[in-house]
Amino acid sequence: MSEKKKEPFFHIVKRDALPWYSSLGIRIAAIVLALILCAIVTTITTGINPIQVFVSIIAGAFGTTRKTWITLQNTAILLLISLALTPAFKMKFWNIGGEGQVLMGGLASAACMICLGGKLPNAVLIACMVAASIAAGAAWGFIPAFFRAKWNTNETLSTLMMNYIATQLVAFFTIVWEVPKGSGKIGIINQNSNAGWLPQVFGSKYLLTILVAVIITIFMYIYLNYSKQGYEISVVGESENTAKYVGIKVPKIIIRTMVISGAICGLVGLLLVGGINHTVTTTIAGGQGFTAVLVSWMSKFNPLIMIFSSALIVFMDRGAGEISTAFGLNHSYSDILTGIILFFIIGCEFFISYRIQFRKKAEKEAK
Amino acid sequence: MKKKLISLLTVVALTVAALAGCGSSAKNTDESTTTGEETTKTSTVKAGFIFLHDENSTYDLNFMNAAKEACDKLGIEYVLKTNIPEGQECYEAACELADAGCNFIFADSFGHEDYMIEAAKEYPEVQFSHATGTKAHTENLDNFHNAFASIYDGRYLAGIAAGMKLNEMIDNGEITADQAKMGYVGAFTYAEVISGYTSFFLGARSVCPSATMEVTFTGSWYDETAEKEGANKLIQNGCVLISQHADSMGAPTACETAGVPNVSYNGSTVNACPNTFLVSSRINWAPYFEYAMGCVADGKAIDTDWCGTLENGAVELTELGTAVAEGTQEAIDAAKADLIAGKIHVFDISTFTVDGAALESYEADVDTDADYTPDHEVVIDGYFHESGEDFRSAPYFDVQIDGISLLDTAF
Repeated sequence: MSEKKKEPFFHIVKRDALPWYSSLGIRIAAIVLALILCAIVTTITTGINPIQVFVSIIAGAFGTTRKTWITLQNTAILLLISLALTPAFKMKFWNIGGEGQVLMGGLASAACMICLGGKLPNAVLIACMVAASIAAGAAWGFIPAFFRAKWNTNETLSTLMMNYIATQLVAFFTIVWEVPKGSGKIGIINQNSNAGWLPQVFGSKYLLTILVAVIITIFMYIYLNYSKQGYEISVVGESENTAKYVGIKVPKIIIRTMVISGAICGLVGLLLVGGINHTVTTTIAGGQGFTAVLVSWMSKFNPLIMIFSSALIVFMDRGAGEISTAFGLNHSYSDILTGIILFFIIGCEFFISYRIQFRKKAEKEAK
Repeated sequence: MKKKLISLLTVVALTVAALAGCGSSAKNTDESTTTGEETTKTSTVKAGFIFLHDENSTYDLNFMNAAKEACDKLGIEYVLKTNIPEGQECYEAACELADAGCNFIFADSFGHEDYMIEAAKEYPEVQFSHATGTKAHTENLDNFHNAFASIYDGRYLAGIAAGMKLNEMIDNGEITADQAKMGYVGAFTYAEVISGYTSFFLGARSVCPSATMEVTFTGSWYDETAEKEGANKLIQNGCVLISQHADSMGAPTACETAGVPNVSYNGSTVNACPNTFLVSSRINWAPYFEYAMGCVADGKAIDTDWCGTLENGAVELTELGTAVAEGTQEAIDAAKADLIAGKIHVFDISTFTVDGAALESYEADVDTDADYTPDHEVVIDGYFHESGEDFRSAPYFDVQIDGISLLDTAF
């Protein structure tokens, strides 16, 4: 420890763009390291063989046909919300209102099921539900976008606040429609008539959501990368002044993009209420409106990478439920494991953009 | 540099020590939860249990303990699924349990009912039971069953402990007779809650005639902050004794902090509240689990709507806390004997009035429908037949009686 001149132990140096295989290698290394750390933490804190824990996480997600379907369905929902938020984020518009937009879509379809169920033919009812939920989600996206475009209000705050309004609206209508009286829950809507229940595709109750997700993924990939509107979004996202300079009407783009964003969220609400739960509760979106923010950013707004990111998060969540059942561990335990894995995945992005240069090596290079 | 290294090492050492400490304590709890699965399996029954929360909720913990106790006693293999929300997840969980070979599946939360019914339709050979539900008697499914208990008897007895405490406070000159106001933190304005606080109040008033009560609602079955705030609000309003029907420790801990006596629910809270805990009523679900799983083992039909009672051990009071008034145990024992013998009834129409008049006749909404249509006359032989034999086990007493004021009815 006796150098003549003080030099830091290591430097952080910006990397040139990495070839895809190196950056993939770094990501895989990060996941492996994360799993090793999870294993160590598991052994130290619970004394359970970590291999058993990993096996049961996999069993929880893919152990039976039904479990696999549910995992795919949940992935589809998270993917859809992430896709919905992406155009807004790409525009550097901080839409953290996915939760509220989903809830409003769900509330609209529940309203159609309750108020129109039995009064209209089922096909007409479902058409109403689709229109109503997309419109409701779009409206919930439009409001903050309008204020941002007109008066430059802070969209981070306004989209967040819109979530609470949506939650309270759902809470209010839960009391209006509750069965039995005073119970504070609506229960399955039209349980015997199945009015307004979205149809099963090829006899599977899980497939519809997955198909919708596939279609929207393809649509969003093309829309963002190959359409004029997608290009406008990127320009606005890079620099509003550039956009203005080349003659793009920024307010129009902001509102249009947020309406699309909200509309897809509304569609998710429709799938959750009409297709999956057949009821509406304040927790039906389950915080996925926020998880989707993570998925979208983690995937760098690439719809194809989002498939893997959302699958990873759902996989861990499904596995979480299984290890809490199999080992009597609390559900929070798997949240810890998910946290460790996400930390490594997000952290590895640093090592893709930068490299660490240690002192000796730096000296050598100087010579 | 050296200093830095040393401090770094110290931090690492401390962290390892801390982790190791957590490790050993965690290990202990794990062993206690898995021992049940180590016992030899003799039965053909495999049971699956679905819980809304985990063991941090007093409500779910009460079910979990009973499930483990009954399964260990009968030598039945079991699977516990915790943190299952009241949505499609419940249906999925029930189906997964059925796929895993369970032939008796139980869900503990009211909102699980519709999803259990969906699962029951899909797996006709598996028996599904649901606590606190209202639909089994009208659903006409052979394999879907409801269960509840006459917990209003237990609440009435707990109310006697509360009334005795009020009397003690009056005798000691701490309050005057007309200051004998109790507070109650409820979840929703749902019949189960109304039936609960009314029976508690009637129990208290049976020994302390000047007792009155204020009720507040939180709009959630589990919201620790709201329950704590509700209890504090009632205490500020001048309530000298608090009870609650919600599942967190919010109200009991608020009472312990304020030094106000508390009548608890779902189980004893004496460890957290040694100075203020009076007594707690609870439903002991072990008798039901033993009965229902016994039926599955013997191939017999399970009752569509099972109602536990004081007599069959499903309705229980915990041990009394040290804060109770003298003679409480004797008063409770006497009332319990009278209730079992049918000498007294909790909802005897001579003991309460509604808008100043006796409740001579009442049509209750026993068969659940979206319009809340009243469909059964339940005042027979001079008392309100709560959880009556020909009706259903889940409570339907939703009458606002005189002497109880509701502070907010938004929920």
